[in-house]
Amino acid sequence: MIGGLFIYNHKGEVLISRVYRDDIGRNAVDAFRVNVIHARQQVRSPVTNIARTSFFHVKRSNIWLAAVTKQNVNAAMVFEFLYKMCDVMAAYFGKISEENIKNNFVLIYELLDEILDFGYPQNSETGALKTFITQQGIKSQHQTKEEQSQITSQVTGQIGWRREGIKYRRNELFLDVLESVNLLMSPQGQVLSAHVSGRVVMKSYLSGMPECKFGMNDKIVIEKQGKGTADETSKSGKQSIAIDDCTFHQCVRLSKFDSERSISFIPPDGEFELMRYRTTKDIILPFRVIPLVREVGRTKLEVKVVIKSNFKPSLLAQKIEVRIPTPLNTSGVQESQISAEIELLPTNDKKKWARPPISMNFEVPFAPSGLKVRYLKVFEPKLNYSDHDVIKWVRYIGRSGIYETRC
Amino acid sequence: MTDSKYFTTTKKGEIFELKAELNSDKKEKKKEAVKKVIASMTVGKDVSALFPDVVNCMQTDNLELKKLVYLYLMNYAKSQPDMAIMAVNTFVKDCEDPNPLIRALAVRTMGCIRVDKITEYLCEPLRKCLKDEDPYVRKTAAVCVAKLHDINAQLVEDQGFLDTLKDLISDSNPMVVANAVAALSEIAESHPSSNLLDLNPQSINKLLTALNECTEWGQIFILDCLANYTPKDDREAQSICERVTPRLSHANSAVVLSAVKVLMKFMEMLSKDLDYYGTLLKKLAPPLVTLLSAEPELQYVALRNINLIVQKRPEILKHEMKVFFVKYNDPIYVKLEKLDIMIRLASQANIAQVLAELKEYATEVDVDFVRKAVRAIGRCAIKVEQSAERCVSTLLDLIQTKVNYVVQEAIVVIKDIFRKYPNKYESVIATLCENLDSLDEPEARAAMIWIVGEYAERIDNADELLESFLEGFHDESTQVQLQLLTAIVKLFLKKPTETQELVQQVLSLATQDSDNPDLRDRGYIYWRLLSTDPVAAKEVVLAEKPLISEETDLIEPTLLDELICYIGTLASVYHKPPSAFVEGGRGVVHKSLPPRTASSESTESPETAPAGAPSGEQPDVIPTQGDLLGDLLNLDLGPPVGGPPLATSSVQMGAVDLLGGGLDSLMGDEPEGIGGPNFVAPPAAAVPPNLGTSMGSGLSDLFDLTSGVGTLSGSYVAPKAVWLPAMKAKGLEISGTFTRQVGSISMDLQLTNKALQVMTDFAIQFNRNSFGLAPAAPLQVHAPLSPNQTVEISLPLNTVGSVMKMEPLNNLQVAVKNNIDVFYFSTLYPLHILFVEDGKMDRQMFLATWKDIPNENEAQFQIRDCPLNAEAVSSRLQSSNIFTVAKRNVEGQDMLYQSLKLTNGIWVLAELRIQPGNPSFTDLELSLKCRAPEVSQHVYQAYETILKN
Repeated sequence: MIGGLFIYNHKGEVLISRVYRDDIGRNAVDAFRVNVIHARQQVRSPVTNIARTSFFHVKRSNIWLAAVTKQNVNAAMVFEFLYKMCDVMAAYFGKISEENIKNNFVLIYELLDEILDFGYPQNSETGALKTFITQQGIKSQHQTKEEQSQITSQVTGQIGWRREGIKYRRNELFLDVLESVNLLMSPQGQVLSAHVSGRVVMKSYLSGMPECKFGMNDKIVIEKQGKGTADETSKSGKQSIAIDDCTFHQCVRLSKFDSERSISFIPPDGEFELMRYRTTKDIILPFRVIPLVREVGRTKLEVKVVIKSNFKPSLLAQKIEVRIPTPLNTSGVQESQISAEIELLPTNDKKKWARPPISMNFEVPFAPSGLKVRYLKVFEPKLNYSDHDVIKWVRYIGRSGIYETRC
Repeated sequence: MTDSKYFTTTKKGEIFELKAELNSDKKEKKKEAVKKVIASMTVGKDVSALFPDVVNCMQTDNLELKKLVYLYLMNYAKSQPDMAIMAVNTFVKDCEDPNPLIRALAVRTMGCIRVDKITEYLCEPLRKCLKDEDPYVRKTAAVCVAKLHDINAQLVEDQGFLDTLKDLISDSNPMVVANAVAALSEIAESHPSSNLLDLNPQSINKLLTALNECTEWGQIFILDCLANYTPKDDREAQSICERVTPRLSHANSAVVLSAVKVLMKFMEMLSKDLDYYGTLLKKLAPPLVTLLSAEPELQYVALRNINLIVQKRPEILKHEMKVFFVKYNDPIYVKLEKLDIMIRLASQANIAQVLAELKEYATEVDVDFVRKAVRAIGRCAIKVEQSAERCVSTLLDLIQTKVNYVVQEAIVVIKDIFRKYPNKYESVIATLCENLDSLDEPEARAAMIWIVGEYAERIDNADELLESFLEGFHDESTQVQLQLLTAIVKLFLKKPTETQELVQQVLSLATQDSDNPDLRDRGYIYWRLLSTDPVAAKEVVLAEKPLISEETDLIEPTLLDELICYIGTLASVYHKPPSAFVEGGRGVVHKSLPPRTASSESTESPETAPAGAPSGEQPDVIPTQGDLLGDLLNLDLGPPVGGPPLATSSVQMGAVDLLGGGLDSLMGDEPEGIGGPNFVAPPAAAVPPNLGTSMGSGLSDLFDLTSGVGTLSGSYVAPKAVWLPAMKAKGLEISGTFTRQVGSISMDLQLTNKALQVMTDFAIQFNRNSFGLAPAAPLQVHAPLSPNQTVEISLPLNTVGSVMKMEPLNNLQVAVKNNIDVFYFSTLYPLHILFVEDGKMDRQMFLATWKDIPNENEAQFQIRDCPLNAEAVSSRLQSSNIFTVAKRNVEGQDMLYQSLKLTNGIWVLAELRIQPGNPSFTDLELSLKCRAPEVSQHVYQAYETILKN
């Protein structure tokens, strides 16, 4: 298991160091600094083995987080834990920066003590942690016995992500369908690969322990339901989408999804990511980029890029950005809305510069995968509000992921 | 208020000031001081002097302050064991606190204080906490048992904590179960033999139930534990798989990978005909693809694992090529891994797409990546024959770019393409030769030289080209020197008239002016070959080359199976077994995939339980280049090491990897042949059949099995044959034979000194071989061997040496050293020296075994012209430990049923049909049945040898 966890600033000075196992010595802190942070060459792997000690690292802005071990640990778990650690810290004090880490080091030690025991990750849901690890530090005498046992049962319980007794005057929920479209197109306009990776993010302000059921136009579900009436199948079949794969927040009952393909859960309070999914079929590509690149002689490059939109004129795309890469030593760029001319200084004729693809950024108000939310039903049998009383909001945003056209 | 100010106090006298503050009456001031202490501790300052003062702050009801003090304690208790005792009371008290958070905090911290004196005091509080009413305390106590075990394993056992921990697996709280499983798994790892994690269908059921309810981390612990279980049959395996598959939709990649591990492992037990098997295969692909949209670090872990999965079960991802296309902004480590997988998935169906991508990558900036892309194009050519032409033209395009490292890499792969498709693409040689001057890397230079030598007859100025390299001969790397030597010898053999001078020059450069022993040895070999027998030289040097492998860098199958058991862990990232990077006893337990056992069949028939996947499914791995001679020259007198095969430097001769390891388990010396696992046709042992010819007229057929007359005391002994002619060993001639007498095997050697100087310091060593033959004593030559003197030595052998399957099976490679040099030869030993004395099988057993061995293992042979009757045959065979179990007369024919056992416990059963009294039918018919059918051929040869002498 994880033997120790270190946090460094960009200079390699250690800000946080917590050792969990006896086999990790103080010199491990220095080994990582010398061999990775101060390494002359760029790091070629996120896992480094130095003298039979393995270091896993991730970087957030200019902060290094490193987990260290001498055993054959579950590597995927260590990285998942490091990301989780970043999420938890961000939830407590915002951006992960040297300043913030120094300002909160006591809190970080407290968190590290709680979420990692002898190197084994423990409950790391921020919702639960915030009930008993607070910035001010709780005074034990202020808690009643009920409160204490409520905390512990939440931390260890089946529904570790939500506490009991939440009350809202207005029961409200927000659903965001956030998709990023990824495209790799050949210069000839052939789609080399395209996929949508989407997320359904839910923000819930619901009282009690609400049982929720989420429905979307998943092809498998629609076809199952439409079995009886062939007419309906053909009608709805058009609108349904084939989902290649999806993953869920830990609140979703996976065995139920596996057997019935229904998505049911008790949501955490506040914002969380309900599901992630991926589709590859029938993707609506919002834009097409048609590049025309000509190298005129050895010092001049002519680039002509045509952009075509591929959705209803009533919809408006935003934040559109087209990136046309040019060599570092480019000068005299003539730019206009229709065409751009770029001149090159002479380059070494033996070493060609690699021509990176033309990439695009944008945001459109629909889901390029075609995903539609059909319903989100809320049941709370113990409290007196019904599904109709809940105010629900749905929003679709399609963004560019890696949207590239080679030229 | 922020904490960052604590980091800034660096003035002198700081400790003294802190001491005062720690002893302050004001709570706030105390807390401030402890924070400063912790900050100093973090940046590596020694604040252990403050130990008593900090411990004094421990007794507080302020949880934050308490936690800080505990943090300090964990760090310094070990250096101040006497002081640490002071803390014991507080711990014991805290373990009884009404607040469960404090109880848990105390028990958690306690376990981190690694002081022997203290641990004893902590047993009672721990015992209470393990049975605490609050699950939060119990889950913390469960981990504490693992901590305590790490400090004092005996204490944990004596106190009965292990049993309590086992009980916690049935706890009502899923998180307690998960932590108990984690703790038990860790403890079990350091006691591989103990049955600590007593996994049975009941406890598995409990774990599967907890799996649905616990945190993401808990799910990982449980899945990793499940992966160690071996279901009793395919039905149980299927039902576990069914309950694990929902985990594939979990948002946490580690949960997904651990679930994949369980499924990959248990799938081994499912029959391929099962509908469920196909369903499961289909279910595995989408989650693996989804892992590729995770953060780059996780993508890297996923890709390393997918690399294993693709090798084990290529069918899972064969249609998913596109998702491995490299994105421009991928980190370099992701790019390189994706490229690796692309090559593995390349097939005729997708080759056009793959090539287009690779061509794109070859124009990128990162040198490593570009090189790998170019190399990948070559791999595609070798793998998919239809694409070879397109690959070659792509490579030529790339050579035209004149980018130095692209050109060099392209030439290296074109050499491989030439080897795979001889006489097909020679038209490009001209283009290659244009780039001769730009090659500055040894591998590329060596490849180019190989091409020139190989096609010397078609390159008009081959001699000039090679001569140009010769100028700076001594500045070249060994790889290039060796290649140049060979290429010029080839050139000489092809165009002897014009190149005599050149060959003289290179031979003298290699032998007289070089101090590299490898180079000198090879130089001398060529020299002697050319001067004694140019025809033989031609046969050896210009021998037909065996095919090179289609798949490269494949992980050796037994290692691959082991790594599949470690999916998701560091081992799967490093592609090394844990023993390679974990110190001490932990994690060195060798894991293997479960055997396939169908519930409907009886589990007694071992044939249904091959150790790996069915061999038909594995791609045949032909060992990569590295030639026999090269490896022989590498064979040191030290212990044999499973090193990598010699690099591409020498490809002109028979390719077989003598030292490739890992086959040991396939030839394992079982004490009992029956019931034990048997040989599986090892996929990695597909050695080219023309090995013998590649050795030329040299060594393999020197041992003539059928000549001469032997003595009949004990097993048949063949007359001595010359194993190592004096010509090849600087005057030392070795001849010998093998004997077996009353249970002991020996190698009878005759050493003759035909040189002019005295020989001393003899030593002998065997390479690893099929039956683990090894010298049981050092080679004893008492007096120095003077010129023209001969000495006879009997070298006792045993069969406990390292095992590696050889081709042919009874091949033995020997190195002999004396004061002059080291010499190598290989010989074939007759299999009957391995027939043991207790090889007589009971009749009933014989019948049962005969039936049990499947018919496809039966081999039929004819022994011609053997005019002996049943009695004579029987007694003659018995003296060589082939025992007659029963005798029958069927329709005038005598049937002998015989058994014999090899030193490694393999039984061979025989049926011998004799037609007595019929002078026109003197042929004997022999049927052999054995679980390891490879030996049959050699057993038959032994029969021939024994009966005809």
